[in-house]
Amino acid sequence: MSPAQDETERLRCAGLTIGFGSRIVQRDLTFSVRHGSVFAVMGPSGCGKSTLLRAMIGLLRPLKGSVMVDGEDLWAAPAERRSEIGRRLGILFQSGALWSSMTLAENVALPLQMFTNLDAAAIDELVRLKLSLVGLSGAETRMPSELSGGMRKRAGLARALALDPDILFFDEPSAGLDPVASSRLDELILELRDGLGATVVIVSHELASLFAICDDGIFLDPETKTAVAYGAPRVLRDTSDVRQVRDFMRADPSDRRAVSPACA
Amino acid sequence: MTPACVPTWLLDRDGKTAVLRLSGDWLARETGMRSQAELRQIEQVSQAAGVVRVDASQVGRWDSALVAFICALDAAIKLDLSTLPDPLLRLLALARAGRAPATDGAPQPRPSLLWRLGAGVIALWVRLGTFAGLVGETVLSVPAAVTGRLQARPVDVLELVRACGADALPIIAIVNGLVGAILGFVGAVQLQRFGASIYVIDLVGIAVVREMAPIMSAIVMAGRTGGAYAAQIATMQGNEEVDALQTLGISVDQFLVVPRIIAAFTMTPLLYAYGCFMGLFGGLIVCIAVLHMSPVTFFVNLQSAIPWTEFAIGLTKSICFGTFVALAGCRTGLAAGRSASDVGRAATKAVVEGIIGIIALDAVFAACTNVMGI
Repeated sequence: MSPAQDETERLRCAGLTIGFGSRIVQRDLTFSVRHGSVFAVMGPSGCGKSTLLRAMIGLLRPLKGSVMVDGEDLWAAPAERRSEIGRRLGILFQSGALWSSMTLAENVALPLQMFTNLDAAAIDELVRLKLSLVGLSGAETRMPSELSGGMRKRAGLARALALDPDILFFDEPSAGLDPVASSRLDELILELRDGLGATVVIVSHELASLFAICDDGIFLDPETKTAVAYGAPRVLRDTSDVRQVRDFMRADPSDRRAVSPACA
Repeated sequence: MTPACVPTWLLDRDGKTAVLRLSGDWLARETGMRSQAELRQIEQVSQAAGVVRVDASQVGRWDSALVAFICALDAAIKLDLSTLPDPLLRLLALARAGRAPATDGAPQPRPSLLWRLGAGVIALWVRLGTFAGLVGETVLSVPAAVTGRLQARPVDVLELVRACGADALPIIAIVNGLVGAILGFVGAVQLQRFGASIYVIDLVGIAVVREMAPIMSAIVMAGRTGGAYAAQIATMQGNEEVDALQTLGISVDQFLVVPRIIAAFTMTPLLYAYGCFMGLFGGLIVCIAVLHMSPVTFFVNLQSAIPWTEFAIGLTKSICFGTFVALAGCRTGLAAGRSASDVGRAATKAVVEGIIGIIALDAVFAACTNVMGI
């Protein structure tokens, strides 16, 4: 784990075409995610962001192309090796996807119990550490149904961190959160990235957090069914001359207020 | 990747201050965690030293194992962390900020036997209350259902009728046919010894029409339909679908419960009649195969063996059983919690309640018909 950001690539998608059967969602996606970067998968609703995420984390086999994790082809590997690689990836699902019949502590402990040889006391200590990292200590014995949406997200993050992943994936991290909770989650993501030296991939259309934390990205267009722009969201906003990207990036709520002050 | 070195710590003195020198690879999954005993040891040794400086310059790769180690020490003794690498400091700061005093972690004492008995009785009372409420709501919505003002979609009702009725035909046929055949075998073996094998027809006829067909059909329904109702409604509960109905002002009872009761109420008599037929058919096969009886003998004797009152009793029973099973399924579904295991529990409870209820109701019927002399 090196503190400095180096330029080696952690994840590389080459000629990736994803879809369901004969229905193609996105085609010919080629991009790489540098170590230590926060990579954004952007695009309007329904453009295939989450489908791309599912292909990158090993849930949906792409129709064509490869996903390389640290130089190893995820989809060419046998199923067993694939799930081994998958354990180096931490995933925060959109609504947390906590196992509803287990307490928070049990949720975080399960990956540790399954895939490490640690004893119960050590697991317990790690669980407490992960929960305190996301600001949820003291809530170990709570059930997921007793948590608010924001807490559920943070608990899902604690579970994603359980095995000290190299790459963290976030599916719509700020969906359903108020602006304050959302920006706190953004800060937390950055803190964890710096602390753990992890690489982060975020699927989102929440402009504020995209601008705030991402330093690289890809923009998926639902009409042409492929990527139309690459780069940091901030840079794309200021310099992109692609129509779809401009329309998307300028649809800022603050702009909307400026156009029609009567609505505010 | 090179194999991980064993993580070690060494406490020594550097002039006046104590220094905790860490080295090796601190990886939770490869080199494990430090034990409580080691932590106690460090705490004891450094008690006199005051502030202990932590030196991690010799540490190779690290992850949560190192963070957890320093965190645990930090809680017990004064540490000087100024020379630690920046990422580690960030994580420690996060963990420290989040480490609130545990509030709701205290285990609750196990309640006494008396307390639990009382809670159980109260729960049973509440359960009976909601059951009665459900029966009342259903009866009250009969006029609405008859005049077509029921807050439910006809297509739902038809779908439920199909799932509860037509889809159950194969399993009803198998279960009742086999039960009829088993009764035939048992009767044939026993009655043949007295030369009274002709009464096998009476035995099979009365047992199937009056007891076995209603009970077996209802038990199949409890397993298939009651469990499904509970699981469906409990899942809807978890998805906030029930809440969505309520906010729209749609009566949950009318939209979810009544269509299911209608399906069960209309389909169980048909399933009963079908089950009767299959049970008698099973008996007929045994009579022909084992006792070499002619089908004509079987039918003639059957007619005299079963008066229509037997059939009426069986029919009444089956309607009661079916309605009860549907009500029990809906009630457990509506009372379920919101997690995945709650759905499973609701389905189990619906089946158990359904079967117990069927047997209990049957006992009531037996007592009543005995008093009435039919």
